[in-house]
Order: sequence, then C-alpha cells, then structure tokens
Amino acid sequence: MFDFGKWTTAFNDLLLGVMPAWAATLIECVLIAVAILGAYTVLALFYILYERKLCAWFQCRLGPMRVGKWGLLQVFADMFKILIKEIISIKDTDKFLFRLAPFIVIISSVTMLACLPWGNGLQIINYNIGIFFILAVSSVGVLGILLAGWSSNNKYTLIGAMRSGAQMVSYEISLGLSIITIVVFAGTMNITELVMEQESAWFLFRGHIPAIIAFLIYIVAATAETNRGPFDLPEAEHELVAGYHTEYSGITFGFYYLAEYLNLFIVSGIASLMFLGGWMPFHVPGWDAFNNIMNYIPSIVWFVGKSFFISFIIIWFKWTFPRVRIDQLLSFEWKYLMPLSLANLILMAVFVALGWHF
Amino acid sequence: MSDIKEIISGICPEAEFVEGGESLQVNVPESKWHDFAKALHDDRRLDFDVLTAVVGMDWKESLGVMYYLTSTSRGWDILEVKVEAPDAKNPFIHTVSDIWKVALFQEREVYDFFGIKFINHPDMRRMFLRNDWVGYPLRKDYDADPAKNPIRLEDEINEDDTCSYVEDEKGKIKRVPGKVFEDDEYVVNFGPQHPSTHGVMRMRASVDGETIKKVDMVSGYIHRGMEKLSEGLTYPQILHFTDRMDYMSAHQNRHCLCLCIEKALGLEVPRRAQVIRVMMDELMRISSHLLAFGCTAMDLGATTAFFYGFREREQVLDIFEKTCGARMSMNYNVIGGVIADLHPDFQKDVKELIRIMPERLKEYHTLFTGNIIAQNRLKNVGILSKEDAINYAITGPSGRGSNWSNDTRKVRPYSIYSELKFDEVLESGCDSYARYMVRMREIEESCKILAQLVDNIPEGDIRAMNVPKVIKLPVGHWYQQVEASRGAFGVYIESDGTKNPYRVHFQSPCFNLIGVMDLCCQGYMIADLITIGAALDFVIPDIDR
Repeated sequence: MFDFGKWTTAFNDLLLGVMPAWAATLIECVLIAVAILGAYTVLALFYILYERKLCAWFQCRLGPMRVGKWGLLQVFADMFKILIKEIISIKDTDKFLFRLAPFIVIISSVTMLACLPWGNGLQIINYNIGIFFILAVSSVGVLGILLAGWSSNNKYTLIGAMRSGAQMVSYEISLGLSIITIVVFAGTMNITELVMEQESAWFLFRGHIPAIIAFLIYIVAATAETNRGPFDLPEAEHELVAGYHTEYSGITFGFYYLAEYLNLFIVSGIASLMFLGGWMPFHVPGWDAFNNIMNYIPSIVWFVGKSFFISFIIIWFKWTFPRVRIDQLLSFEWKYLMPLSLANLILMAVFVALGWHF
Repeated sequence: MSDIKEIISGICPEAEFVEGGESLQVNVPESKWHDFAKALHDDRRLDFDVLTAVVGMDWKESLGVMYYLTSTSRGWDILEVKVEAPDAKNPFIHTVSDIWKVALFQEREVYDFFGIKFINHPDMRRMFLRNDWVGYPLRKDYDADPAKNPIRLEDEINEDDTCSYVEDEKGKIKRVPGKVFEDDEYVVNFGPQHPSTHGVMRMRASVDGETIKKVDMVSGYIHRGMEKLSEGLTYPQILHFTDRMDYMSAHQNRHCLCLCIEKALGLEVPRRAQVIRVMMDELMRISSHLLAFGCTAMDLGATTAFFYGFREREQVLDIFEKTCGARMSMNYNVIGGVIADLHPDFQKDVKELIRIMPERLKEYHTLFTGNIIAQNRLKNVGILSKEDAINYAITGPSGRGSNWSNDTRKVRPYSIYSELKFDEVLESGCDSYARYMVRMREIEESCKILAQLVDNIPEGDIRAMNVPKVIKLPVGHWYQQVEASRGAFGVYIESDGTKNPYRVHFQSPCFNLIGVMDLCCQGYMIADLITIGAALDFVIPDIDR
C-alpha cells in the first residue's frame, strides 16, 4: 500500500531545511487550504453533474448534453453563471445575519471535508476524537440554515428553517448513535486508527448484524441530515418554493447549493470511513493474494469510489421516493429510528463484550 | 313530470311553469325563492340535491339567475328555476348557499359579473375581478371603456375585507362588513406564481404552526372573459374557446358546446363523426389522467414518476397531432361533426396505446402507488364525505372518489355512450388516495371503450351535410352536459334568434373543485394543501374562463 505520508514528510523536511518552523507551518497551512478549497469546488461540480446525469438516467432522459462532450462542461457554465449573477438585496431583511448565514453553512462543510481520511497518509489533522469532532462541526451547519430562514423576512423561509431545525436536531441523534455503535466496536474515535482497525475486514462485515443495522440507520439519518429527498422538507420546492434559501440569489445561493452537494459527499465519506473501511482496500482474511491485488489500487481511489457509491444510493432514493410530511418525519425518528438505534447500541455492546464478531 | 308540477304548485302556489323547453322550467318570485329552494332540497318527493349550474342573466328589463337543479335519486331529472331580482337598479336575491354549498362560489361569480347581491351570503366578495373594478362586465349595459378600468399597477388594498348583506325584520337590507382573516392570523400565501398551484392560482392559508386553519382561494389571474367575448361572436367562432378552458379536456368541452348547438339546431351528426368524437374524448381523458398522475407524484416530490406519466402522455398527444395537427388546443370538433378525417395511422396508434397501457399502469403502481410514503401521504388526507361531495357538486373523478355515482356518460348518456360497455369507477375512501385511484382505474375503462371502438369506426361522412351556412339558433335556451376529464362540464346557451348568442355560460367542474379546498384542507398540514389540490386535480384556465 503506497503511503502518501512519505511525500508529505519529505516536503515538510524540505521546508524545514530552508526556513524556520513557523514559516514552514504557515506555508503548509496555506497550501492545504488551497488544496481543500480546490477539492471542494471540483467535488461539488462533479456532484452536480453526477446527480443530474443519474437522475436523467432514472427518468428516461439524457440530462445535460449541449455544453461540452456529454454535457461535461455544463456545470462549469452553471457555476460561471451563478458567479456573475447579481446578489439581490431585499428590503426589511436582517442584513448582517442574511449575509452571514451562507458562510456558516459553507464553513461547517469545508471543516468536515478537511477531517476526512483521503488516503493512506493523506489526512490533514489526526485528532484523537476525530469522528466526534466531525459530528460537532456538522451541527454548526443547521445554525446557518436557521439564520437564513429567520433573517430573510419571508414566511416560506421561516417555515423551511423551522422544519430544518426540527429535522436536523432529531436526526442528529440517530446519526450520532449509529456512529457511536461503531465507535464502541472499534474502541477508538481517532480516524486513522478507525481505518487501520479495518485492515483485516471492513466494520460492516466484522460487526455483522449490529453493524449492518447501524449502517442502514446511518444512511437514513444522513439523508435527513443533508436535507435530501425523501427528507427534503426544508426546501420542499412544491410547498415552500425553495425553503430556507428562497430569498438568496447569485453566489450566496450558490453557497447553499455547493454545500448541499458537498454535504452529500461528506456523509458518504463518513459512511465509507465508519462502515466500509475508509481508504482501506477490500480485504478478505486469509486471501493474501487477493488482498495484495486489492492493495495495488491506490487508497485515494478506494475512498472516493466508496463515497461515490454511497452517494449513488442516496441519490437513487431521492429520485424514487415521494417526500414525507413533517409529522411523519418526526414520528419516524422519535418513535422508530431512535429507539432502534439505542437498542442497536446495546446489541453492539453485548456483541463486543461477548466477542461475537470477527 | 306532471306529478312534480303538482308537488311544486302545492309548495309554492306562485310558481309559474314554462313548457316547451328541453326541461321543466319554473319561474319563482324572489320573495318565495329561499323557502321554495329549501323545499326542493328537503322534500323527499322532490329531492333536488344537486345544484348543477347557476347562470347569472341580464334580460335587459331585469336581472336574475337561472338555477339548474338535479336529483340523484330520481334519475337525474333537470329542473330549471328562473328567479328575477325585483329591483333592476339595485338587484338582490336571497342566497341558496346555505342549502347547496356549491352556491358559495357560484353566487360570488354571479355577483362579480352581474352585480346581483345575495342576501345572507356569508362572503360577498368579487370572485375573479379586483375589488376596485368599476362595473359588472356581463351586464348588457356595461361600459367597456378602458379609461374606467385601466391596468392598475398597485397592489389590491383591503383584500381581507369582505361583507354580507342581511335583511332585518322590516325587510331593509343592511351591509355587514367582515374579515376573511383576522389581523393576528399567520397567513401564508401560495401563488399566483408558485411551483405547484397548477397554474396561476392563489391560495391564502391561515396556519397554526404547520396546521391549516382556513384556506381562501383567490382566482381570476388568467380570466379571459370568454362568456362576454362569446356574446360578440358567432357560434362557429366561439368553439375554439372551449379548447382553452380546461386544456386537458379540450375535446370533451368542445364536444359539449357542439352538442348544445346541434341540439338547438336539431342536427343529426353522422355515425362516423360520433365514434371519432367519443374516441377522441376518451384519449383526452387518458392523457388528462396521466397528467394528473404525474402531477400528483410531482407534488409529493416523486419527480421520476412524473416523467413516467408524461412518457405515455406523449404517445396520446402524438395521436392527436397526427389527426388534429396540434398537441394542445386541437380545434377538432365542429358543429355537425369533426373538422378533418382520421389520420391513416390512427387505428394502429390507438391499438398500440391500448396494448402498452396495462403494463405501464402496473409500472406506475410499482413505482409510486405502492410506495409506503405515497400511501401515507394520500390516505386519510383531504376527506370529503359523499354528502359534501353532492352538496358542493363535486363531479368527476373527485366526486367518484367519495363514492358518489355521477358519471354523466352513465347517468345522462350522450352521443353513443349508451351503447358502450364500460364501468363507472367508484372508490369509497373519500380521501386523496381514492380520488387518485379513480383516475388510475378510469384509464383502464377508457382503454376498454377505445378497444370497443377502434375496429368499429364506420365509414361515412365526418360532418353533417345539412349544417346551415350561417348558424342562427332559434329563440330559447339550452343546457348540455358532458363528462369532461374532471367532471360534468356544462354549456348554457340563450339565443335571441340572431347569429350571435345572447348569453353563453360555461359550467366548469374545476370551479366547484376549488370550492371544497377550504373544507378539505382544514386541520391538515401545509404539505397536504398541495397534495389535496393535486388529488382534486383542478386546472386553472377552467376556473378562470
């Protein structure tokens, strides 16, 4: 398995050889920031095209075909259009909060992106509470949505924001509980260690029954967390026009748009980290030859590939299912999903204590 | 009929009978009207439980209303009641909206266009025009000078104000102001520009959290004044309006107007034309129900199902395009027949459609109907009891979803429908799901009708040979109903013997449908407002005629 850590260490040593430590750290920080923002943009653009093409496929259509071969450049055209559009300022809004809200949303999603394990040695910070930190940061995003809804001075946005608040606070519980289930199993919250734990086999297979239940709960809760169908009530275009971001235009709307797609990648990334081994290749205990072949595929391809696969599933059911109603949404969480995830947590604890796992 | 006359004379000795028309007409003095109406509705022997049409009239010397009543229990007999307002300068008539709720909106329309005020009507606002509109456009002495009603650029003020007219003991009529919404209510506005009001409809919903307390329907944003325009045009010229009302029932609507004119002229339509008309009606119904399926799914957020419905609808539109030359506004029926013969591919295409539809319907049910989320969203939502459906005259698939048998093709057959084998689809759920399922099953029934006819299109003329060059209807009035895609569509024509109609009224099913939105939505959630609307399936141009 190629370790990207070698390159980064060599680069660090190179910098330290010619400049003091603080300057080296500064330069590294800037480079990483550029790399993260670059990855953010590229991924968001890719995801927009990915979803449009997939949904066209489900709906017996071709999707964008005109700009570039197979419409590949369509997203660039769209983004360029969004960048040059006027940012309309609306009467009687809370100007400061109105401008601030999209930044909160986008900062939260960029920070989460920075915590993901991209590949072997390709990780920015290695916290001992890594996954916990991701969960904490993800909760900040809802603040931006609530502020957007409140400051826009519009009834649709307000209803959308209230829905979003209720939904995110509720589903975060199941999301957290399903992740904790895996943390109980792995015995660590450190992201690198979580990945290394899955070297023999992915958690989804090692933890079998409780891990599979946790995975399913996670997918449902993550869909709700990202405000995607069938849980897209905060936007609910058929009821609330565009929900909490109705009044945003130009790039401020673009921030929400990008953040929505990036959050899709991030929750898929976390799912692949917690259940499908992060960047760890597919290993079967005992099949050394097979495992070696798998190791030839670069770790970054594994991670991104798994994330795309999980995103595919989430996109798939967005374009298949109708939207649930707010009371159904909340009763589903509080009456079914949360008790189930609590029971599953206990089940996992029993499995770990009795060693009923691989 | 004669026994009805006796009963009516017993109840209201002042009633005068006019015979010679197509159905029994009763002239009632205004002072007796409300009691008489109550007796018509409550008396078991009469049992006129459906107010089919309310036609405002300006007879120059007086203003008044023609009421068309029907009894579901007594073979759908029609009774016409003519009520004249005593004072032509300041016309008042007692409301019947407490007896037949459908009159709540119908009388508002009459008020809007004729200025007849209805005593005791709870909400005497204009229906289509702005509150600051000057004059009543369907009156014969209306001044259409644009200077009186310029295009107003400012918002309407006092849109929450309403009023009612009550009569005190001495018979003096007093105006009582009222409010549509109180000041402290949280009113959410939907439309006229909104993704899912199915056109330029405006709904104002007073909400408590997410729960709806009251819905106020505001229409008129695309009203084209077809009834007024028709008065200045000849009969062949008004035909094309019908395609532009409910554009999803274009053929049926036009069929209705043609039938009405043919009835007045006593024209015999060739058999081939009748078969073609019925086939086109049923194709139109399929296309309309497919759109309804797609839109219901879309309004629930299942965008993919929408495309599936549209895929098959395209096929129907292709059939129309080949024969009629257009996909919408087909302009196909004409007085005495149809305008052009069938395209050579017609039979082949229809057979292909009948062949694929059963499996496609199965696919829809797999994709959408069977989905647990869709079921939870549609079942037990928007309850409309059978009594309410009758009282609000909700015909068509929406009424049949409340288990009310009201299919005009069955209860008052026209054209060749009496010879055809098909079932009237009824569901007893009374909810959005029942209405939705009626539509899905009606597609199958329409396919059945098409299958019976597709190989039995007789040879012959497509248009009656004896249609006069200049069409002048004899003096009199006629009312004709057909089963359009969304319910019973009626046309009322009053002729004074010239080549222009004296008065044309289109009784559209969708106008009654929006009348129950408030009733159906109360207590449900904002999200249900949209799905109830989708399941009732109103088309806005049919409301704003």
